Amino acid sequence: MADYLLEIGLEEIPAHLVTSAEDQLVSRSEDFLKKHLLHYDRVQAFSTPRRLAILVRNLADFSDSTDEEHRGPSLKVAKDSDGAWTKAAQGFARGQKMSPDDFTERDGYVYLTKHIDGVAASEILKSIATEVVEQMKFSTYMRWADYKLEYVRPIRWLVSLLDTAVVPFTVLDVQAGRVTRGHRFLNTGEVIIAQADDYEKDLADAFVIANAQTRKETIRKQIHELADRHGWHLHIDQDLLEEVNNIVEYPTAFAGSFSEKYLSLPDIVLITSMRDNQRFFYLTDEQGQLLPHFISVRNGNGDHLDNVISGNEKVLIARLEDAKFFFQEDQKHSIDFFMAKADHLIFHAKIGTVVQHMARVSKIAALLADKMGFSESETQDLQRASQIYKFDLTTAMVGEFSELQGTMAGIYAGLFGENAVVSQALSEQYLPSSSEGSLPQSRVGALLALSDKLDSLFSFFACGLIPSGSNDPYGLRRAALGMVRIIADQKWRFSLKELLTDLSGLVLAKQGAFAEIQDQNLTRINAQLNAFIVDRIRQLSDGSRYDLLDAATSKIEQGDVELILRRISFLASHADDTNFKEVVEALARVQSLAEKNPSQEKVNPDLFVNDSEKALYFASQAYFADQISQLNDQGIYDYFVSLKDPINDYFDSNMILDKDPQIKKNRLAQIHLLNEQISTFGDFRKIVTK
Amino acid sequence: MTKKLSMQDVILTLQGYWASQGANLMQAYDNEVGAGTQSPYTFLRANGPEPWHAAYVQPSRRPADGRYGQNPNRLFQHHQFQVVMKPSPENIQELYLQSLEKLTINPLEHDIRFVEDNWENPSMGAAGIGWEVWLDGQEVSQFTYFQQVGSIPVDSVTAEITYGLERLVSYIQDVPSVYDLEWGNGVLYGDIFKEPEYEHSVYSFEQSDEKMLLTNFDQFEKEAKRLLDLGLVHPAYDYILKCSHTFNLLDARGAISVTERASYLHRIRSMAHSVANEFILARAKLSFPLLKDQDLREKYIGKKGIYTKKLAKRASQEQRHGGK
Repeated sequence: MADYLLEIGLEEIPAHLVTSAEDQLVSRSEDFLKKHLLHYDRVQAFSTPRRLAILVRNLADFSDSTDEEHRGPSLKVAKDSDGAWTKAAQGFARGQKMSPDDFTERDGYVYLTKHIDGVAASEILKSIATEVVEQMKFSTYMRWADYKLEYVRPIRWLVSLLDTAVVPFTVLDVQAGRVTRGHRFLNTGEVIIAQADDYEKDLADAFVIANAQTRKETIRKQIHELADRHGWHLHIDQDLLEEVNNIVEYPTAFAGSFSEKYLSLPDIVLITSMRDNQRFFYLTDEQGQLLPHFISVRNGNGDHLDNVISGNEKVLIARLEDAKFFFQEDQKHSIDFFMAKADHLIFHAKIGTVVQHMARVSKIAALLADKMGFSESETQDLQRASQIYKFDLTTAMVGEFSELQGTMAGIYAGLFGENAVVSQALSEQYLPSSSEGSLPQSRVGALLALSDKLDSLFSFFACGLIPSGSNDPYGLRRAALGMVRIIADQKWRFSLKELLTDLSGLVLAKQGAFAEIQDQNLTRINAQLNAFIVDRIRQLSDGSRYDLLDAATSKIEQGDVELILRRISFLASHADDTNFKEVVEALARVQSLAEKNPSQEKVNPDLFVNDSEKALYFASQAYFADQISQLNDQGIYDYFVSLKDPINDYFDSNMILDKDPQIKKNRLAQIHLLNEQISTFGDFRKIVTK
Repeated sequence: MTKKLSMQDVILTLQGYWASQGANLMQAYDNEVGAGTQSPYTFLRANGPEPWHAAYVQPSRRPADGRYGQNPNRLFQHHQFQVVMKPSPENIQELYLQSLEKLTINPLEHDIRFVEDNWENPSMGAAGIGWEVWLDGQEVSQFTYFQQVGSIPVDSVTAEITYGLERLVSYIQDVPSVYDLEWGNGVLYGDIFKEPEYEHSVYSFEQSDEKMLLTNFDQFEKEAKRLLDLGLVHPAYDYILKCSHTFNLLDARGAISVTERASYLHRIRSMAHSVANEFILARAKLSFPLLKDQDLREKYIGKKGIYTKKLAKRASQEQRHGGK
């Protein structure tokens, strides 16, 4: 038993890739050890901006030995008439470096069982270079010097130690050994590791906290202590903490201040300057009011901290000074002024300008507001919001802080005298900004955000800019998923298919960039878009049962997003009912038969020959197909449950495809009637019942 | 630190340091450029397999960044100290950090970080992977491993270090505005550059002759293409630089609509691509004289070398169009 240490020394890895790279190194190493039948207790992982490492605990000295069976010639060929081994048999044995004495006979063939001894771990580990280190994949990668290898950043050193012994290998020109590097500035000499187990301690002595979790806790503790000492209320953004953790090897927290005069800026501007631009933690008082202080973390010790503090304060103040100037300058103008400047802004070179996009969104929003039964004042506010919502793109503030787009629109709209509904809608226009991001809270904001996404999707699809594979440069999947989430959240009911037809006919096509679109292309675009959005529903219900999703989507061709999502969860809530399987099977049987034997006929009760036909007919007369859609889900489902026995009786008692063509026709008409009702709900054939 | 380094002290120190590290000291290129990267000592030399080590100061013009001499940080023209090392040396980060020490910046007294920043110049078809270097939170240098130049994946990777001299020296001298920097001998940056900053801003934003510039762009482009056809790489490149600067002037003037913008950038990029290609072939014809490594010579210009084949292909094309 031994411990094995592998460390890959790199130039500074992008902070957002460190943790995933550490995970990847662990899983690749575990796969490698399993593949080579090398047992171990556990794998410890380490990562800093400059290194990725694993320490394999209690690694077996040898891999498992194995027995391999090889089949030789058939007995007929292997033995001559005297029962002696033929040349062929001897040749087979020789080929396996064994003798005919080792043969076993089975099923008319000879076999050899070859014992393969375990291999020393020190031998196997040599190939960790090609099988693990060189196989690592990253979302950003580069080449350096004259090498072909693509890696996240240049590899500068490698450590490969099995207890006290180096397991040698080279990657490019870097030879693995026992020498690592400590902190860039606090430890300038080489760090020589005597044995694998010393890794964490040796690095700690060289001012590197190699364990990412330990380092993160150190930072957390330091910044809390600083905040507590001053009585500040600390806001720890987990993403920021993660990022800071991955840009330092030896953290020392420090606090800085700025003049109170900058507190007149909107909070979000201050927070963005501190958190996003400088990676500072911001602070508030008990009431949540921002304080003119910040906390940051240095990659080093506490010496000469004054320099670091004053340097960081200076940079922040320069930013805030700019922001203050922009904020004041912007307020000297008006929404009309900024909208006039927006005239030149391009939405996409193939599609047209932002102003054209807004004009379409405005029409979409009006159409949807009507469908959703918006009140007169809501409709008015929506109208106003949709005419101005991108004005902030030409403000100086958004020019400098692009991440504040939308947010600034809301803030400035309030300052320029727009009402609260309009301002809020503007600030919510980009929501949700991620697959789990928060949704617009106001109805007007939600409809504005929805309309904007819908036009973006239509425009890009119409110009053939459709996402493929993992390539989605315009974030259309995110937009479509956002749409689906907004619709579900607002419980808005409408047919996506109808809406798209209305929109593309009335609003979008035949003008601007879309003037050339032919009708048949429009149909194709709408179909593609509908399928694309239904795929996002799939993505949203990821984890729930795919069969239920298929059942709910395949018959609801109109693309009523809210209905589909509701049906999925409804079916899931009944999937464990004791009679679920039987109900589903009965309904599915009807649907299968109806699909294979289409019918346009009406049921004629005079042609019934037994009671089961009467019973099913009367049961199925409870509702017309169009009445069914008026029921709530539970009502429909209860009705289906009540059909189960009559359907089963019907199938048990009757040959549907009767010899008498009249009777056959009549029975198919009955099946068709049922199928129409069932299919308003979904396709039960897709459901997997156990 | 007894006396704070002046702007020229910083330049002299960096030149001396990088010369001692094997860089050849070039002079600023005598054509308007927007960045040190556009100098042929970087843009052209980053192409092909030949080693190249150079350092130089490059005054860089960005008409849209002009602020009439009023903004403490933004300038029509700033100065970059450019270092290119190709192939990128194994200890390039350490070399850079030592250069800061030569500038009296002791890393133990500051917080120095390498923060991911991947650089891209779409008009020149150049892209690289690297970092901004932060000194106590202030970005003082850009550090890039070129991956593509002239839209061509590079044969040998150049490490480029660009020091923003005004920012770096502002930090060293601890002054609030670039105009308060001491250039040398008691003369301030403002004494030298405030007036030209004002005048160039007036010119770029108010006085430039739009019509003339639009005509110039077309003529420069035509000339660049004609020279490219003649295989006159360096004169062609000069005209591409003129196109680029003319475009920047037009852009600052607001004379180029958003739709046109993309097409102008495309025109420059496609010329940048051609000139990069022609440069490599011209060097290949000379058998890459700066390439000494025998294995690499074999790979690129040996019997079955990548460029041996390309040259042969080019020769047969020329023969087919023979006589022209």
